[in-house]
Amino acid sequence: MNTQTKVRHRKKISIRKALSRDWQLYVMLILPIAFYIIFMYGPMYGVIIAFKDYNIFAGIAKSEWVGFDVFREIFKMPEFYRALRNTLTLNLLGLILGFPAPILLAVMLNEVRNSAFKRVSQSILYLPHFLSWVIIGGLATQIFAPQGIINYIIKSFGGGEVQFLSNKPLWIAVYQIVGIWHGMGWNAIIYLAAITGISGDIYEAAELDGCSRVKMIYKITIPSIMPTIVIMLVINLGKIISIAFDPPYVLGNSLVEDVSDVISTFVYRVGLKSADYSTATAVGLFQSIVSTVLIIVSNIVAKALGEEGLW
Amino acid sequence: MNKNKIKRSLGERTFTVVNTTLIILVCFTCLFPFIYELAISFSSGAAVMSGKVSLYPIGFQTEAYKKVFQNISMWRSLVFTIVLTVVYTLLSLTLTILCAYPLSRKRLYGGKWIMMLITVTMYFHAGTIPTYLLVYNLGLIDKVWALILPCVLNTFNMIMMRTFFKSVPAELEEAAMIDGCNDFQVLWNVMLPVSKPILATIALFYAVQRWNSFADALYYINEPKLYPLQLKLQQIIQQGQADNMMSDINSQLDVVVPKTVQAASIIFATVPILLVYPKLQKYFVKGAMIGAVKG
Repeated sequence: MNTQTKVRHRKKISIRKALSRDWQLYVMLILPIAFYIIFMYGPMYGVIIAFKDYNIFAGIAKSEWVGFDVFREIFKMPEFYRALRNTLTLNLLGLILGFPAPILLAVMLNEVRNSAFKRVSQSILYLPHFLSWVIIGGLATQIFAPQGIINYIIKSFGGGEVQFLSNKPLWIAVYQIVGIWHGMGWNAIIYLAAITGISGDIYEAAELDGCSRVKMIYKITIPSIMPTIVIMLVINLGKIISIAFDPPYVLGNSLVEDVSDVISTFVYRVGLKSADYSTATAVGLFQSIVSTVLIIVSNIVAKALGEEGLW
Repeated sequence: MNKNKIKRSLGERTFTVVNTTLIILVCFTCLFPFIYELAISFSSGAAVMSGKVSLYPIGFQTEAYKKVFQNISMWRSLVFTIVLTVVYTLLSLTLTILCAYPLSRKRLYGGKWIMMLITVTMYFHAGTIPTYLLVYNLGLIDKVWALILPCVLNTFNMIMMRTFFKSVPAELEEAAMIDGCNDFQVLWNVMLPVSKPILATIALFYAVQRWNSFADALYYINEPKLYPLQLKLQQIIQQGQADNMMSDINSQLDVVVPKTVQAASIIFATVPILLVYPKLQKYFVKGAMIGAVKG
């Protein structure tokens, strides 16, 4: 045993010694590593079909190389630019409108003194995060339908029927509202955690000085969680070109395709529905490369700002 | 002085009232879609189609639920999803532990390299189509395994587990080693018992992810018998929207219209989540906090 601890403290040991001592650890890693090789690195091999004229019968290896032809083609496609534009538009609007919401909510929750009320409202606010997008999509389409409750309210105030889901600008508004509804409560957790870290002494001192609660919010609370806010903003900016498949897919419909078709739904439509694998792979690869660069840059920025970042 | 105090407490009281009211309002917007959906599912077709329903049923009926409950494929989907979620969660948790534990040991030769190769996959994804082609080439299309294997390990969860294992005092492991435990025994007898809370959190992360996702089923599954509940629901909703357009004119008198069936189906799919929600929420928040601390 004594020798073993000694060995552990020594920095460099030979591979053979490591294997004979820690072989059980390597055995544990067999399945996980197999997973990463097959399902994470395996598809990276398939990416080469973005440079090939993929033929499903010939397979990935035997399909003909075409160089950058596929990319030249997608950069001529209006639909590709539309998907790119919509992805950026929906994400940017989501950032502008959706980013402040959880911060505000966290600050408001922090001001609640009654702990039972706080607990119950937090439970309710987190609920949307636990629902699948299919359910959320179903709820949203019913609520914003011509016969839905929003139109019921509008009509009861004497207004006319509003086509929320087939009017393009209104659809974008619905998409943003649903997005905020879904993420607001859950995303507030990280800010609540940051607020908990603020020392109570500061508030007490401010109170003795006759500081009002509203003043304390923007003189103490907001400045104290500013680092967290900046980091979250940087991380979110890094994700500006990535968009999940589920939300635009469940909320979108053929009437608003002009504004709802994003990269993820475009890849699905072209790749899996029309079986144009090479084009869809090239679009996916374009997105992956841009988003990897953005994430790495945003992490460097986050680190430079003095936080841990993602790695 | 005294005057000032009264003034301030009045301001405080206004603040509290406004703040509380706003929070209650936001909470209400989180709940009202479900109340509305419940109201629709119990309302008559005529009331729903003419847009008269708000927060309570009009022309009460339970036919929509009867239709959903009598739909055998709905129950089959539910049972299939439960089994799928349980199997997936167990496998995922096992693999996560098997990956995280060795990588949490400093003495592991090459551990840093393995960790780096794993981290790369967090930053660069090959994309939907290459993954689809892989699943296709492995012969997994229309197989249950297509819904399990491609996502059986989540790197975020694995790193969370690894961070926890790292934080377990080294003395525990050393003491067990002195007692003659091998690595498997240390993991089983020492590490896992002290990691129960985080194991529960990660298991729930996996379970909820599996329960809620539908995109992979949409990509890989054509066989209706293997439709998870979410995909089944998505089809009912889409079908309902198509039917709605056709039945707008002549279904005014029907008791059940696609919309009420849709609403009942959505409630049917939401109830399982609501049943486990209190427990779920507790562990999820814990996990989110760990993530928050990690940055």
